[in-house]
Amino acid sequence: MTALLEMRSIGKTFPGVKALDQVNLSVEAGEIHAICGENGAGKSTLMKVLSGVYPAGSYEGDIHYDGALASFRSIRDSEAKGIIIIHQELALVPLLSIAENMFLGNEVARRGVISWPEAWARTTDLLAKVGLKETPQTPVGKLGVGKQQLIEIAKALAKEVRLLILDEPTAALQENDSAKLLDLMLELKAQGVTQIIISHKLNEIRRVADRVTVIRDGSTVSTMTQDEITEDRIIRDMVGRDMENRYPARTPNIGEVLMEVKDWSVTHPEQARQVIQGAAFTVRRGEIVGIAGLMGSGRTELAMSLFGRSYGRNITGEVTLKGQPADLSTVSAAIRAGLAYVTEDRKVLGLILPEPIAKNVTLANLKGVADRGVLSHGREAQVAEGYRKAMRIRTPSVFQQVGNLSGGNQQKVVLSKWLFTGPDVLILDEPTRGIDVGAKYEIYNIMNDLAAQGRGVVMISSEMPELLGMCDRICVMNEGRIIGELSRNEASQETIMAMILRDGVLRDGATSGERVA
Amino acid sequence: MSEEKGIRAHLGGHLRENGMLLALLAIVAFFTILLQLREQPVNFLQPVNIANIFLQNGHVIILALGMLLVIVAGHIDLSVGSVAALTGAVAAWLIVTLGWPVWAAVPATLLVGAAIGAAQGYWVAYWRIPSFIVTLAGMLVFRGATMWMLSGQNIGPFPREFQFMANGYLPDITGIGKPHGLTLILSVAAILTLCWLGLRARARDAGFGISPEPMGLFITRMAVVALAIGFVGWQLASFRGFPVVMLLLVVLTVIYAFFTENTVAGRRIYALGGNEKATKLSGIRTERMVFLCFVNMGVLASLAGMLITARLNSATPKAGVGFELDAIASVFIGGAAMAGGSGTIVGVVIGALIMGVMNMGMSMMNLGIDFQQMIKGLVLLAAVWFDIYSKQKRG
Repeated sequence: MTALLEMRSIGKTFPGVKALDQVNLSVEAGEIHAICGENGAGKSTLMKVLSGVYPAGSYEGDIHYDGALASFRSIRDSEAKGIIIIHQELALVPLLSIAENMFLGNEVARRGVISWPEAWARTTDLLAKVGLKETPQTPVGKLGVGKQQLIEIAKALAKEVRLLILDEPTAALQENDSAKLLDLMLELKAQGVTQIIISHKLNEIRRVADRVTVIRDGSTVSTMTQDEITEDRIIRDMVGRDMENRYPARTPNIGEVLMEVKDWSVTHPEQARQVIQGAAFTVRRGEIVGIAGLMGSGRTELAMSLFGRSYGRNITGEVTLKGQPADLSTVSAAIRAGLAYVTEDRKVLGLILPEPIAKNVTLANLKGVADRGVLSHGREAQVAEGYRKAMRIRTPSVFQQVGNLSGGNQQKVVLSKWLFTGPDVLILDEPTRGIDVGAKYEIYNIMNDLAAQGRGVVMISSEMPELLGMCDRICVMNEGRIIGELSRNEASQETIMAMILRDGVLRDGATSGERVA
Repeated sequence: MSEEKGIRAHLGGHLRENGMLLALLAIVAFFTILLQLREQPVNFLQPVNIANIFLQNGHVIILALGMLLVIVAGHIDLSVGSVAALTGAVAAWLIVTLGWPVWAAVPATLLVGAAIGAAQGYWVAYWRIPSFIVTLAGMLVFRGATMWMLSGQNIGPFPREFQFMANGYLPDITGIGKPHGLTLILSVAAILTLCWLGLRARARDAGFGISPEPMGLFITRMAVVALAIGFVGWQLASFRGFPVVMLLLVVLTVIYAFFTENTVAGRRIYALGGNEKATKLSGIRTERMVFLCFVNMGVLASLAGMLITARLNSATPKAGVGFELDAIASVFIGGAAMAGGSGTIVGVVIGALIMGVMNMGMSMMNLGIDFQQMIKGLVLLAAVWFDIYSKQKRG
């Protein structure tokens, strides 16, 4: 076997962040090569370097492709050589038809006039190759995510692909759609298409990959062949330390009930269905409460509807904070009542990226640095500086643009912003998503400090190990309801999953029973 | 050596702010030299011209102040020209037709402007109709309403105190007369205030560990600004003194600069323009801020409307045509971003002055309106290109 692609000593620096440092990757012709790494480890950046999104000259190191030194200046250059990348976010135009999407930028045309019969015929052929029977005129938006993913692959085949890169292709797919996609990958491999798959899912990697390269904190850690692949080894390489001390130790000091939610129900903003049904939970002083559940179980919806009715309509239920009925009717009322909500998507919902740290920190409590509506820039800078030190936000000054910070530091800015509102209860929605391991540990430490200060912390997370490692108590959600609670001792991945599965069975039974009646 | 490097790094970081000022000075120098080289040399910087730049462009600066807030909030207002015309007609109707005293008619007209702004802001803020559409509709509606109110005719003339607002000069309370003592006092006061504010900001920056502007650069910039103000003040003093419009502009500029930089409400507008969702989730009523931006724009448009009506001494159906474009161009030349969230009041005023100086310079060179429009268009394009170019170089 010969190497189709060799990336040697690749480095890439963004303002304030070294995203890649000495990455080496060698992909042999005809293999499926998996790349593993935590969020923010640099996998996507590496692929952007490879595909010319970051043009030659903007990174360090060499790329050898097909026996020659490659210097791609744009995606067009890399596509011309048969390197095609399918991004995590699909790049299809939902209102255009399958055929139109298939040849977008590459139209079947003579002197600018599109030949539709030919385009449709070729689309049908390509769809057959990926196992789809859709008519070429169908608007892409009408298809499910799984089929859209297959169309992306068909689109790559239309371009005579030699090296196909799939960036977390199954992240948004159901089990059977994922299986279909993986089968297709193996089929393409048999036809001689070299592939790179970026994935977190170890069972998938074991199923399709010939070799695995693990990247951590912007550098390659190891490359292993199929017979060397074990889950433990991949995790150890990804994380860089043993699993045991991923969570800082803490002795909980739990006091009286701080917040109590009773019979909380929320209707979807557009549809008639109830997204949250009669949810109830409590948070005590000094306690970290986890909310576990599958995608779509309503965790974020519950949090956002509590926080100033920022989600949904027809919201009913009761909330008490420190024994008093709380007014959570608007965001500012919720903040006044002592609630803070750290959003899941910090870039879109949490921060103003082009603004400096100082201005982001004070945004939710501008009155705290103002007298009768007039801001004191001095006090603002002092407040921000205080949080910079307390949270160890790594930045030369608090006047640095937030957009230039790394994910972990951005998250610390968001946390600072909410701490400055002086909350009793903080709801943290996926607080460590997209953050590297070291910074995760720091965020955990901050959470422990918050609890030690006597605040209540609610942690929503999709990563079960994180919930198990951090929480005193875990509420399990399924289909808009809190179906049970597990103490730290009772909780394990198995008990949580069992609870969710049993609930699904019960409900199916109940609904079929109703149907019979 | 390191000092020089510091200056270059700083200039790089503040290319935009210093660049704007330099561009204004360069354009002034350009016309001064060009007009001197003509067969019959003309002094571009003669006192009457300096006064006229402010008298003839006051309305643009006033509109641009309001437009900046609207654009920072992520919106646009295409109706300001029509609103200015309509409110001018309202003022004329109140004063000339109904015989209201000026002191009552001016606030009444400002209220009409606020109501118009509220009507448009309501649709933009609470129904989320794109501001482009709402104000395009407003542009047509209020132009039509102006024509209807005036029945296609002009209304005038106005009493002297109304005209004074647009054409008048401050009386010299020092009694010197020539040169105009009050003008000199105001100029010196302005220079001292700016130096004091500049030094205070430096001290504050140093206190918080912000690397301050290198001293040499600071002194140079202050000297240039002081010289410019001193020169303008002296020229005005040797002519008829301080125009009332200019006083109005200075006061409004100071108020709006303070509002945008130092108040909670101002900060909220920038935040919502930068990321509306995050701002909303921080407990800020973003709809209300957008609404108020449009109300403010309506008030300023009516002020501009009264100014032009007073200057022309009549309300006309065609007043204010194209004002919205001058105001929007000034804001973008002044460095605001189309997407919202950035832009400064000082930048906008300099942007409007660049437009004004170019208008006057090109007219004095007897350039036809055809070429004037083409050149102004290209200057707008160049200014925004420079903005994007300098950002790319930094990123």
